[in-house]
Amino acid sequence: MAEPVLKVDNINVFYGSIHAIKGISFEVYNGEIVTLIGANGAGKSTTLNTISGLLHPSTGSVAFLGESLAKIQPHRIVYKGLAQVPEGRRVFAQMTVQENLEMGAFTQSKQSDIDEDLARVYELFPRLKERMKQTAGTLSGGEQQMLAMGRALMSRPKLLMLDEPSMGLAPILVEQIFDIIADLHKRGATILLVEQNAQMALSIASRGYVMETGKIVTTGTGEELLASEAVRKAYLGG
Amino acid sequence: MIFLNFFISGISLGSIYAIIALGYTMVYGIAKMLNFAHGDVIMVGAYVCFYAVSRYGMNPFVGVVLAMAVCTSLGIVIERFAYKPLRQAPSLAVLITAIGMSYFLQNTALLLWSSNPKVFPSIIGRGSFKLFEGKLSVSHVTVLTIATCVIIMIVLSLFISKTKLGKAMRACSEDKGAAQLMGINVNATISLTFAIGSGLAAIAGALLCSAYPTLMPTTGSLPGIKAFTAAVFGGIGSIPGAFLGGLMLGVIEIFAKAYISSQLSDAVVFGVLIVVLLVKPSGLLGKQLQEKV
Repeated sequence: MAEPVLKVDNINVFYGSIHAIKGISFEVYNGEIVTLIGANGAGKSTTLNTISGLLHPSTGSVAFLGESLAKIQPHRIVYKGLAQVPEGRRVFAQMTVQENLEMGAFTQSKQSDIDEDLARVYELFPRLKERMKQTAGTLSGGEQQMLAMGRALMSRPKLLMLDEPSMGLAPILVEQIFDIIADLHKRGATILLVEQNAQMALSIASRGYVMETGKIVTTGTGEELLASEAVRKAYLGG
Repeated sequence: MIFLNFFISGISLGSIYAIIALGYTMVYGIAKMLNFAHGDVIMVGAYVCFYAVSRYGMNPFVGVVLAMAVCTSLGIVIERFAYKPLRQAPSLAVLITAIGMSYFLQNTALLLWSSNPKVFPSIIGRGSFKLFEGKLSVSHVTVLTIATCVIIMIVLSLFISKTKLGKAMRACSEDKGAAQLMGINVNATISLTFAIGSGLAAIAGALLCSAYPTLMPTTGSLPGIKAFTAAVFGGIGSIPGAFLGGLMLGVIEIFAKAYISSQLSDAVVFGVLIVVLLVKPSGLLGKQLQEKV
């Protein structure tokens, strides 16, 4: 196979004395949706935060497009084409929708590119266009999730990392958000998706990894994992 | 007419407080810390300006620009060496460091420039405009001070609301982690905030000493505390709040001096602060109550 977009190689991460990530390895290839699923506290978000440089692995390495990220400052990693939609959305509540999207384009310097991307994001999320002058804090949870995703897309990422996009959303909105993720994938985006909602995540994923207490315990294609007895028992409610 | 005269003096004094308060409030907004050394940066700016003009005979405006350059660098250095190492520390540790930095600057000034008061040359002369057949006299310094404050306010508001860097500052002040995920260099943005605040402090120092020409190593500390009060009064973290709070505080102080008692004026000023905080703890234009110091 070709070189992976993202290669996580045997990383160990500690929070003080707590061994949060115990030697995990995985890859994401161009055009895939790869999902990390697992219960609360399994280390999924820690893994994402390590990739985006907010945390540092004590051993092991993270390579993005063949380049090690070990020595690169977190804000520079975004310039390489890695965007993260953080857990809990974390939109800038006191800034307008439009300003949030402009912040997403912080790494872009050409105004014509930014305008093009704005038009694309507004086409993808018409709701955001209606509310472009509103402050982000006045949006509903689902709209904020759309904004957080749109904001990440503004940096023209080569890999989009989504951390619990379904968290705290009503079931109908969860479905809508997953439709959008599947749609982004169809348009060619490469996505790393962290989710507690294993059913939804696996149904759109090319491949998945199951995490338990800091380790990867099972891996397979989305269908394989959905069909697996062990995964069904542990995460899909019987 | 006398009333109008007091009012104009109050607005002028308030303009200086507002310029200083902007430094407090911007730094608080982004670094969530109270930079108590800010008042002493004003004093350093005034000394630089004093020496440039009196000793080396420079044009007063060149002196102010030089003071701004020195204070801007000083602000960046203070942030880099005193506050940045404490980014993850509890806010009490940062607060104590800021107070320590304030004493450090005052005592360094004492060592360098001695405690003898210097007579600051007004940067614009001591003339005044006579209005209403001489019944109202407004000094040039007063006009310059108010005009400078208004210009700073407009430029700063445009910078914060329209430019990419200004928006990045707002993003950092809301959520540093998320700002970093946008590719914003949070450390550089915090440095920039200190630089702007300290540059403004230099302007405030020159204006303050042009209006009240006694310059000593402690010159910055009381105006610093009052400007901090103004920032809290208007709602700390809010730029229009600093502006409004500064102006109101200046007017209240001058009126208290004129109509109540010049000895009690500071007590009145701080009394007003206490009342405002009791009624509206987030300040006049403050958004939400923060739990930090």
